[in-house]
This record gives sequence, C-alpha cells and structure tokens, in this order.
Amino acid sequence: MDLSFVILVEILYGIASLALISAGLAVVFGMMKVINLAHGEFMMMGGYATITAVNLGVNVFVAMLIVAPLVVGLIGLVVERLVIRHLYGRLVDTMLATWGLSLFFVGSVTMIFGNTTTSITTPIKGFSVGNYQINGYNFFIIFITICLLAGIYVLLKTTRAGLIARGTMQRSDIAAALGYSPDRIYMATFFFGSALSGLAGAVLAPLVGLVPTSGGIYIAKAFITVIAGGPSLIAGLISSAGLFGLVNQVFTFAISPVIGEVALLVAAVILLRLLPQGVTARFFKGKM
Amino acid sequence: MTVLNRRKFLGRGAALTGTTLTGAAMMPGFALAADTIKLGSILDTSGPFDAYGKPMDMAMRLAVSQINAAGGLLGKQVEVISYDTQSDMALYTQYGQQLTRKDRVDVVHGGILSASREAIRQTMRKTQTLYFYNVLYEGGVCDRNIFINGVTPAQQVEALVPYAMEKAGKKVYILAADYNYGQYMASWIKKFVADNGGETIGVDFFPLDVSDFGSTIAKIQTAGPDLVIAPLVGGNHLSFFRQWAAAGMKDRIPLASTTLGVGNEHKVLTPEEGNGIMVAYNYSQELDTPENNAFKEAWAAANDGDQSMHEIAVSNYHGLLTWAEGVRKAGSLDRDAIIAALETGVSITGPGGVVTVDPKTHHAVLDVHLMEIQDQRMRVIKSLPQRQPIDTQAVCDLEANPDDNTQYEIQI
Repeated sequence: MDLSFVILVEILYGIASLALISAGLAVVFGMMKVINLAHGEFMMMGGYATITAVNLGVNVFVAMLIVAPLVVGLIGLVVERLVIRHLYGRLVDTMLATWGLSLFFVGSVTMIFGNTTTSITTPIKGFSVGNYQINGYNFFIIFITICLLAGIYVLLKTTRAGLIARGTMQRSDIAAALGYSPDRIYMATFFFGSALSGLAGAVLAPLVGLVPTSGGIYIAKAFITVIAGGPSLIAGLISSAGLFGLVNQVFTFAISPVIGEVALLVAAVILLRLLPQGVTARFFKGKM
Repeated sequence: MTVLNRRKFLGRGAALTGTTLTGAAMMPGFALAADTIKLGSILDTSGPFDAYGKPMDMAMRLAVSQINAAGGLLGKQVEVISYDTQSDMALYTQYGQQLTRKDRVDVVHGGILSASREAIRQTMRKTQTLYFYNVLYEGGVCDRNIFINGVTPAQQVEALVPYAMEKAGKKVYILAADYNYGQYMASWIKKFVADNGGETIGVDFFPLDVSDFGSTIAKIQTAGPDLVIAPLVGGNHLSFFRQWAAAGMKDRIPLASTTLGVGNEHKVLTPEEGNGIMVAYNYSQELDTPENNAFKEAWAAANDGDQSMHEIAVSNYHGLLTWAEGVRKAGSLDRDAIIAALETGVSITGPGGVVTVDPKTHHAVLDVHLMEIQDQRMRVIKSLPQRQPIDTQAVCDLEANPDDNTQYEIQI
C-alpha cells in the first residue's frame, strides 16, 4: 500500500518533470516552429539565475518562480530581436542559429560562473509515508506543473491575448490584415516560451548539481515529448509526457534506470511510427 | 617505353610521400628534445569532470614549478605540454596520439576516468612513452609502461567496507556509475561485503548523465538495506546525495562512498547533506603533517589563496614527484632506464604520506585513512599506514612476466 503510493508519486513526478521541461519548447517549437536547440541552455540559465538570486539573499521560491523566468525571458527577448526574428519560417536555419546560441550560452556561463558544479538545497523537507520516505519536493514539482499547464490553457483559451497569439501563429498575414503586428506578437510569444524554459530550469535546479553543460541532459527528452505530442499544445504535452513518464518510471522500478531510459526512447520510436504527426494529430483533435 | 599517366603518377607520388613520412616517424626524438624535458599532461579541465581535473592540473603545475625552481631534472628545465580533453573520452585518443607522435613528450601524466586511461594506455605502450595514471581506480592494470599511484580497492574498499558494515549493518545496496570503474568496483564491494559476512541485496548502475534518482531511492527503501555504498562519478551523480538527503533518508540508512570527496564534492554538499558519509582515501586536507602543511601553503601561494586540492590532485602531485625521483635515479630520460630505476622501489614523501613504487605491479604502497564527512570537511577517524595493493599483486607480476598487457578483473 505504502509502496504503491510511493510508486504513484514517482510516476506522477516523472510525468510532471517531462511536461515541465517540455512546456517552453512546446511554445517555441510547437507553436512558433522555431527549432530551439538552445532550449536546454535556457533551462540551465534559469537554474543559474535561481542560485545567484538565492545567494544574494532572495527567498528561494521568489527566485524560482519570479526571478528566473523574468531573467531568462529577457534573455529570450534579446535573442529574438537579434537573431530569431530574421529566421521565422526557416526551420533549418533556426536550428543552426540556436545551436550556435547554445554554444555561446554554455561558454558565457562558464566564463561567469566557472565550470564547476553549483547547487542549492531543496527548500522542502522529505516526509514519511508508512515505512517509506518521500522527497517532499516531488509534490512541489507536480503542483507547479499542474498550475503551469492550467495557466497556459487559461491564457491561450480564454484571454484575448491568447487568441491573438494562436491566430498569428496560424496565419500571420490575416492577423496583420486585422491590424495586429505579427512582429510584436512573435516577440511576446518567444518571451513567454523562454520564460517557461527558465522556470522549468529553476524549479529543477535544487534537485541536480548544475554545470554550464547541464542543458544537454534535457534537450533530447524535451524534443521527443513535444514532437510526440503533436500539434495541440496542452493536450499534446499531457498525453506524450504521461505516456513517456509512465513507461520510464515503470521500467526504472521494474528493472533499472538504464532500461527506463531505453524504454522511453523505444516508446517514442514506436509512437512516432504509428502516429508520425504526434498523438494529438489523431486524438484530441482541435483541443488546446 | 614508360608512359606516366595520371593514375600512376598519383600512385607513385603517394608511395613517395609515404616513405618520407615513415622516415620522419622512424627518426628518434633526440633531435628535437634538446634543452628541456617535455612533460605531457592530459586532463579534463573543463566539462562535468573538471572538479577532478582542474585541481589535478594545478597540482601538476605546482610540482613542475617546484622541480624547476630547484634546478630542474638532469640540469634541464621541465616544459609542460598540456591538453584539455573537455570531459570527452573521444578527445583522449586524439590528444594521446598528438602527445606521443607530434609533441614527442618524454612522459605523460594524466587520464581521470578509467575509460580515459584505457583510451590512451595502448597508445603510450606502442609509442614507448612512459605513462603515469595518478587516480584512485578499480585496480588490476598490469602493464610495464604504466605507473599508478592511486588507491586500489584492496587499499580502499577492504578498509571501508568492514568499518561501514560494523557501524551500519550487514545488508548492503550498491549504486555504481555505469562504465568500467563502477562495474569493477561493484564486484569488489560485493566481494568484501561477502568476506565480512554480509550480503549484497541490490546493485544498480547509472550512466554518467543520469541526475534523477527519485525512483531509485524508493526502490532502495523497498529493499531495505542497512547500508548504501555508492561509487558514483561526476557532477550529475552528485544529485543522488542531495536527493537522498531531501527525501530524509540520510538519518535512516547510512551511506559510504568510494568516490565522494575525490573532487571535493563534500564542499559542494551542505553539512546537512554530507555529514556522516563514510569514505576512505589516501589524502584529506585535514592531515596535520609538515609535508601537507607545506603543500597547502605552496598551493595557496601559487593559486591566489585557493584551497581546492583533493585526493586525486594530491595523487597527481605524488605521481610527478615519483617520476622526478625516477629520472634523478636513472640519470637519463630513457624510458627503460627510468622504469628500471622506479622498479628499485622508489619512495617519496608527499602531502598524503610516504608513497612507494611496488616493483611487481607498478602500483603504490601508501597510507589509507578512514574518514567521515563532517561540516564539509573530511574528518580522519583512523589511519591505516602503508597498505599494499594486494588485489593487483594477486594477479600481476611484472618481474616474472614483463610483457603482460592486461587489466585483470576480479573473479568472485
């Protein structure tokens, strides 16, 4: 009983962390069609922003939930103005440019913070369930992810800004004809996507030792989740993260962490063979 | 009549170039090595393993500057040629070739992960370049061209396991890095656990890029061991110790590690995360010996007050001192002469105590200290003086079998 609860929490945590690391990319790649290979580095910078803010005496939750998204969002804004805005609609070129950016960010962060592992402690204590101890921070990540997905849903579905953003991503010429500036809207959406990446990096920072190359461990999983999710943002994230998180954690428990990672990749390959356009191209069509 | 068409011309041209190149490669190095001794160093001074590599590099430079300040070796100054392998195993092969074939160095010190050592060991052997691997490792390498002065499992695990088991209990769970070091080390730990009347109830291996240990921590609790031993490696694996503490496990199941602290990880972990973890090494900054105090002072003076020296940085320093002693004793830079000189059982006294070359295995006889991490320091609990590398001695005898070129694996 206790064990099944612990396993359930770990599975939920696995799903939540996948959805969390993919949310920013789902906006930037899923909506805007910018292959952002610097996504992992945006997350890494979110982590560094948090650690720096905490070391300067900022409350750790403020640092994670406000400072990091703002800092990374602003970095994203600069990147969008200088590089990305010239490349909208040119998929392969965005890949090359953002790959260069990722190298640049790794180099810059190495120069500023040094190439050694830095970290902060988890702000939430562990607690016991029967005979088991659980990392209390897992619940925080699950909670944040639910809030985040709900927030994105509300923003895109019910607000006028969300409607305009979605419309612009589909037909920017029509949006322009209606008097909206696609340039501005793209800029704002990229800011939003970067901020989400920063938030994910910040929230995950207390669980890992951070080095400037940390972004690399997220990037593959984020892309797999977003691509397998398909065209719908929220439904795609939830379905693919749910599937991969479940497969990963079940195999990790049953066999070993290595097999867990392998199972995740195998599941992704099979899924993309069966549903090449992603889960939401077939199911939950037309949902957010 | 000979017609020289394009294909033949190209063919001959290539053959000609080939001969010229071979000729150059056959030429002995003395024409180039005139007034300095070339010391090759190959370390990860950036990337996830730089916490190991950077201080090793600083230790190497400190040793070289001290050797040079004292007049060099054989009246020549030592010149360092170093490459940063960026925590990328593929670069070891490339830079290993470069050091031996292009730079033609007289000796190579370096390699951190066992994977990196095996990537360059055969290159060193083939090109007859004397090679020093100055890192604690899984033991068993038997090769006359290499000298190793890190602690081996018999020196470290054989001391650590009984101590930890006595404190914690008989049921042991092992978490190891998934490459040759972790695999070999897990076998050694299993052996010593069994030898001490205990039982290994679980072993898990983790690739070096894994940083999420949540489900593993739950799995360990299901197994319910008395003790967890963790030969985990690198920055990502450091997350385990943090997540372990975050789950509140630290006060429930004691931890021992064969690697934590080697790269000063105990200074990255907070006291709450690190306190009480048991380790065993050749070096601790807390050792109060004249050699260690002088070493720490010289290090701080050379590096703006820095105090990042750790186990394998000190091993690297010992390696440099041992090599220098070998050169002095041999009176020449000839590889075979230096090996013969070192095989007489050369001994140096460094910050980690007396280190003596074991002629049969080219490993080291050295002191091992049982320690516990306490407030980001390694508090010495008990010192075990001058331990022999008996694991490697059991399988390797380079006096009887000088052409051996194997890494022996423990058989259980």
